[in-house]
Amino acid sequence: MKKVVLDDKAIDRALARIAHEIIERNKGTEKLVILGIPTRGYHLALRLQNKIEEIEGVHLPTGAVDATLYRDDLGIKKDQPSLKKMDIPISIDGKKIIMVDDVLFTGRTIRAAMNALMDFGRPLAIQLAVLVDRGHRELPIKADYVGKNIPTSMKEGVKVHLFETDGINEVVVEPAQEAKQG
Amino acid sequence: MNRLVIKGGRLVDPAQNLDGLYNIYVMSGRIASIKKAEADTSEVGNGVEVIDASGLTVIPGLIDAHVHLREPGYEYKEDIRTGTLAAAAGGFTAVMCMANTKPVNDNESVTRYILNKAEGAAARVYPVGAVSVGLKGECLTEMAELKAAGCVAFSDDGVPVANSGLMRRALEYSQVVNLPVISHAEEHELVGAGVMNEGDVATRLGLKGIPNAAEDTMVARDIALAELTGGRLHIAHVSTRGAVELIKCAKARGVRVTAEATPHHLALTDEAVEGYDTNAKMNPPLRSRVDVEALRQGIKDGVIDCIATDHAPHSSMEKDIEFDKASNGIIGLETAFSVIYGLVENGMLTLNEAVRAMSTNPAKAFGIEGGRLSVGSPANMAIIDLGRSWTVDPRQLNSKSKNSPWLGRELKGTVVKTVLAGNIVYSRA
Amino acid sequence: MRLKRKDLLGIEELERDEIELLLSTAESFKEVSEREIKKVPTLRGRTIINLFYEASTRTRTSFEIAAKRMSADAINISVSTSSVVKGETLRDTAKNLEAMRPDCIVVRHSSSGTPRMLSRYLACPVVNAGDGAHEHPSQALLDLLTVKEKLGSTDGIKISIIGDITHSRVARSNIYGFTKMGAEVTVAGPPTMLPPGIEKLGCRATTSMEEAIRGADVLMMLRIQSERQAEPLFPSVREYSRLYGLDEAKLRAAKKDVLILHPGPINRGVEISPDIADGPYSLILDQVTNGVAVRMAIFYLLLGGVKEGLQEGVKA
Repeated sequence: MKKVVLDDKAIDRALARIAHEIIERNKGTEKLVILGIPTRGYHLALRLQNKIEEIEGVHLPTGAVDATLYRDDLGIKKDQPSLKKMDIPISIDGKKIIMVDDVLFTGRTIRAAMNALMDFGRPLAIQLAVLVDRGHRELPIKADYVGKNIPTSMKEGVKVHLFETDGINEVVVEPAQEAKQG
Repeated sequence: MNRLVIKGGRLVDPAQNLDGLYNIYVMSGRIASIKKAEADTSEVGNGVEVIDASGLTVIPGLIDAHVHLREPGYEYKEDIRTGTLAAAAGGFTAVMCMANTKPVNDNESVTRYILNKAEGAAARVYPVGAVSVGLKGECLTEMAELKAAGCVAFSDDGVPVANSGLMRRALEYSQVVNLPVISHAEEHELVGAGVMNEGDVATRLGLKGIPNAAEDTMVARDIALAELTGGRLHIAHVSTRGAVELIKCAKARGVRVTAEATPHHLALTDEAVEGYDTNAKMNPPLRSRVDVEALRQGIKDGVIDCIATDHAPHSSMEKDIEFDKASNGIIGLETAFSVIYGLVENGMLTLNEAVRAMSTNPAKAFGIEGGRLSVGSPANMAIIDLGRSWTVDPRQLNSKSKNSPWLGRELKGTVVKTVLAGNIVYSRA
Repeated sequence: MRLKRKDLLGIEELERDEIELLLSTAESFKEVSEREIKKVPTLRGRTIINLFYEASTRTRTSFEIAAKRMSADAINISVSTSSVVKGETLRDTAKNLEAMRPDCIVVRHSSSGTPRMLSRYLACPVVNAGDGAHEHPSQALLDLLTVKEKLGSTDGIKISIIGDITHSRVARSNIYGFTKMGAEVTVAGPPTMLPPGIEKLGCRATTSMEEAIRGADVLMMLRIQSERQAEPLFPSVREYSRLYGLDEAKLRAAKKDVLILHPGPINRGVEISPDIADGPYSLILDQVTNGVAVRMAIFYLLLGGVKEGLQEGVKA
């Protein structure tokens, strides 16, 4: 029993708003670097890069930060999670990093991604943009930019489908299956 | 005057061409008479012990021409007491023990020490004296002295007599006492650092191989020397089809040669080394399928006269180590009959051929009293339940050492009683 | 996804998808070695013991660096004597090690089969770093990775392994590895160095250097191991080099952009001439770089599993 909470147009509007908020909060685009958390966070990062370019005419350096090797649940799960892409296009020293992910849940992925980033340099600041915040934080992590707040129960799961990876743009809420990382 | 009757068993005695139900009467340690069971109306008197052998098979006690009892010197691996208990548990009433003890059995005092220790043991012990002093391959031992002390043959087994000149003299000189020289036939330089049969399995496991030629060249040499000198030669633990062929031709020419093969060389191929099981490591190594088939045919034809175990006890210190470094050899006394019976069950040998090779022929080849159950023969026999299985449990083996590839396996053909000189020396629950 | 086994003892028992998993994971780990902070916290606090019975600085160092880059504690134990000299059974050796609670033991030994024999007594994963003439799985994996990087794929390529095949664990592991990954393998050397039945492992065998080089996409030259041979397998180094050493003249028969691999250390001028070893088609240094990444991948995939599933088959 799945419910579509954001459709194609809603996602697009949310991203457009986030792009504007990023530019507003940072008073421009100086020193900004966008790093998405693969897989879908990376595609959202690329979309944000496009939107910001449309608005400000600036092409921001964009890449991916894979948090897998920094997760706190390795060895507890049965399989080793597959490693994803790590692509830090320029030095992050003194830069403002906009981390992008699809769903913010327990906060553990973001914690791991931040630890990964710190091994690459010393950013000036890290801000977090997520398409969906579904609550149930287990760590003191908060998003700076949120597409939509979707309160959920632990019995539910939130799935973001993107055209680039799943052939369709939608956000659905459905009964939960796997153990969480979030 | 101890008296014993074994009633209603199936007596299989190739020496007398017997295979049927018989009652066997024993008096003072010897066979007094044998009567066909159905025709026997005699009453069993008081004070006569009766063994009910109905449903069981009775054969002349097995004779093992190749056993390492390890005493004196290596008692932590085995000693004469435990080795003979193991023998009795396997249906053996006589064993010939090799000379590679510490000190080496190359003089009468060691021979007498062994015989002393063997007194009252569960099997008769017949020592084999060394060919060369200290097994060094340089000087001959005092063969007459050794025979007088009780040796029944000579061998440097463990090592070959590498020096052909010395082997020639050994085969010549041994005729003074008319005893055979048992040859451990291997050419050292061809063996090299080999640890298993040279072939596909060795290549795959990355282990150095020992080619058949290492044995064949030495067997050919020994046969030529036996032919030259007229001496009596016995080839120990034959493992290759080449050697079988050489022995066959030599016998046809009238050379005085006999030969033995082990149960493991008749039952296993080099594939048993898979997984680096050191209980599949011995010298000569387990060979290929073709060699095993030639050996089996050799037993059937009588080219290979005897089945001898080459019972070689080793402790975990020698076996639970790197394959290359592990000592060669496995124990065999307690599993020998069952392993050979496995070949009988599969139709590769008849029971008659098996008993002939394990009792009749060894007695003949080495002049050991026994190997048959005719009137006057020593009452040495093994009583076997062919239909019963047993599991090879290391904790229940009588041998001190447990280095057997059959550990944990279930084998058919269980020895239930062994009789030595009319006394029951082994009984299985 | 995971490897279907507790230990990495050889390539012979691996399935193609396990090899592909190891290679793709290794590719991801290459990036870690390019960073300034060459460390990820993934195996933090785990203990990895390098149990080397055979001297080997490069392989041991590679495993050590791989462990440390995963934040594990790497302990090196160099054993100069084998069990028989110490009078210690393999069971004793294993139980003593296990009492220190390692998370992984990497074993190199001159006796084939020793890592497998030890693994029967150990609950933790065992990695074979080279056993006698049997297998050297991490070497084959890094060779596969190196070739895959340069050629895009290993399917259908022709690789020739030249040298002392009889004594070479690198040869055996690579025969298994490359054939499982779709390549055509030829081994070549003098008759004294080709073991019986080697073709049964899935390759062609020839004593002709010319035949081995012609049409090959990759040439793997093996080191002439004087330390492993007791008998004379060839009359002299000079004659060996003349017949089976790779030099400019022989290389002319090869494909124009043939790749050259060597497990190292190189005997310059014996199995390979110096200018080829240092030339543009030599991937010898890439092999070393990939070695660390492959070993990081091995640790990552072996040490992740759940404890209870792994203890079958461990002896008391």
